[in-house]
Amino acid sequence: MISIFWVTGILITVVIGLSLYRAVVGPGVYNRTAAVNVIGTKTIALLVIMGYYFERPYFFDIALLYAMINFISTLVFAKYLERGELWS
Amino acid sequence: MVIVNIIVTVLLAAGIFFFLVGSIGLLRFPDFYTRLHATGKCDTLGGGLVILGAIIYHFFQYPETLLVPAKLAFLVFFIFIANPTATHAIMKAAYKTGVKPWRLGEERR
Repeated sequence: MISIFWVTGILITVVIGLSLYRAVVGPGVYNRTAAVNVIGTKTIALLVIMGYYFERPYFFDIALLYAMINFISTLVFAKYLERGELWS
Repeated sequence: MVIVNIIVTVLLAAGIFFFLVGSIGLLRFPDFYTRLHATGKCDTLGGGLVILGAIIYHFFQYPETLLVPAKLAFLVFFIFIANPTATHAIMKAAYKTGVKPWRLGEERR
């Protein structure tokens, strides 16, 4: 049953590599920000899968923190790109 | 125990399928708005399915620790709220700063 999590982790890593193309060569800053948000969501699922594969439940706390940081960073970046400043 | 393994495998495979479809849409669609249309939904559903499979696996494999499935259920709840909000925020920022939507016949960008 553990091998299912191994295969799932490998496949999620491959899909992150596919999304990384848009984050590197994507035209404009909005495409890059969207790709970084997508990669962050996939990283949350990858952290949960890694927690079951290595049998360490501390990875789930890291996944919670990463979800919050991903959400806040995307919101702050969208606000900065829209207004040109953060404190207004 | 075999039926639980089959259910978990099907849930993880469905999550990987939605992740892959979202990434292909992110790569192949011609415009910023259509790319976010592909990824904003597929990533939310794919992440929810993968973590739901992990929750079901945990219920039948380690039934003595029930705090961890509660954390994962909160994680699914947070993703289902936060990911569409982030997609909407960045799409609204792009629309307000003048990124034009793609029309049929124009060049990819």
